[in-house]
Amino acid sequence: MKARFDRMAGDPSDKNFDRVRRFRDAALPYLDDVYTLARYLLRDATDAEDAVQECYLRALTHFDTFHGTAIKPWLFAILRNVCRSEFARRSGVILRADAADAGETGDGAEPMWCETPNSPETQLLHQLDAATTRRLVETLPKPFREVIVLREINDLSYREIADVIGAPIGTVMSRLARARSMLRAAWTREKDEP
Amino acid sequence: MRCDEAQFLLHALLDRELDAGHSSEVEVHLADCPRCTAQLHAYRDLRQMMLSAELRFVAPPRLRHRIDNALPTSRAPNRRTLLQGFALGAAASAIAASGMVVVIQRADWDQRILDEIISAHLRSLQVGHLTDVQTSDQHTVKPWFNGKLDAAPPVFDLATQGFTLLGGRLDYIDGRAIASIVYQRRAHVINLFIAPVAKPERTPGLVSERGFNIWRWTEQGLSFWAVSDINADELQEFGNRLEAAILSGKT
Repeated sequence: MKARFDRMAGDPSDKNFDRVRRFRDAALPYLDDVYTLARYLLRDATDAEDAVQECYLRALTHFDTFHGTAIKPWLFAILRNVCRSEFARRSGVILRADAADAGETGDGAEPMWCETPNSPETQLLHQLDAATTRRLVETLPKPFREVIVLREINDLSYREIADVIGAPIGTVMSRLARARSMLRAAWTREKDEP
Repeated sequence: MRCDEAQFLLHALLDRELDAGHSSEVEVHLADCPRCTAQLHAYRDLRQMMLSAELRFVAPPRLRHRIDNALPTSRAPNRRTLLQGFALGAAASAIAASGMVVVIQRADWDQRILDEIISAHLRSLQVGHLTDVQTSDQHTVKPWFNGKLDAAPPVFDLATQGFTLLGGRLDYIDGRAIASIVYQRRAHVINLFIAPVAKPERTPGLVSERGFNIWRWTEQGLSFWAVSDINADELQEFGNRLEAAILSGKT
């Protein structure tokens, strides 16, 4: 990984230098955002670091293909692919987690989310500490976890989320609704069982 | 509208992603449906709770270091393309001659230079990148540039006028090493980029781009770009005060 970086960095041509500099200026300010998403997707600090580095490496390699205006969603999409391919293959734990997630949701068309009869909408929520809240988010199955992280923590629009996860906006909406419902239920349980 | 539709769409309402037509349909439904209204409030609470909790992570310095180190930061000054980039647009207009300040057209700016200036500003805001020489003493900052640039840039401390000198930095714009003098206005950083200019006659002007204001003027054979997120009036005031200091010649 490092060797590939160095090879590009060592390229003496001005053109490549300008390219690296443009990439650096455009992409590095979002390091915390990318790292945050990686932490929630992988639920492991070390894996997240490796994934973010790989993400930046791939992003630099493909920087010429980036023509959009918002680089943050583009970086997120790359990170998501990194997490899906390499880390899913490499780590049995992640693989099993992914399989469980897939089993819960399926990959095909999802039904429009419906209100479950016993959802505790009228209960007041009390503030949980950051660690507990992070854990609740991390406990969500991955398809729901990623949309809620992209929406609530990384502040992406529906359109941007749809682009990142490669799904229609309708899917984003239904997953987000479901994610919030699950999160709220978990939040209430946390209150009941401190 | 039915309850199941409203409960689906209220998330989009909450996220301000709903068009006006659907928004009013949902709102009409909510006005008559306590159950759906309770849901809206419930999810609004949830969002508020999430906002209040610190859910973001900060990349560890070693990761930043790993990625940062792997990318080159500068190259040797290259005089080739230099001043053609700075020699923008056609001559001074009647407005320029009258000394009036105008918000100039974007077309009058060299977009590439503008991009590089903003990039340099952004870069400087990253941890540890703001200054190469850090001092509020103008007599320390100015000599620091000796041997690094063809001509020492004018450096003035404007602290008494609300613009504190933080230090200086060498930057690269259009492949050439130029001076960046760093000032602070309250919590805001102002980067002042200074480079020799090919054509001395330029209209002072302001451009806003990517959330930053850039005030540009020329003086005594030098081009100045002041970049900051402070408002345009204050940035212009900064430019005017600095210009006055340069003209009065006190260093």
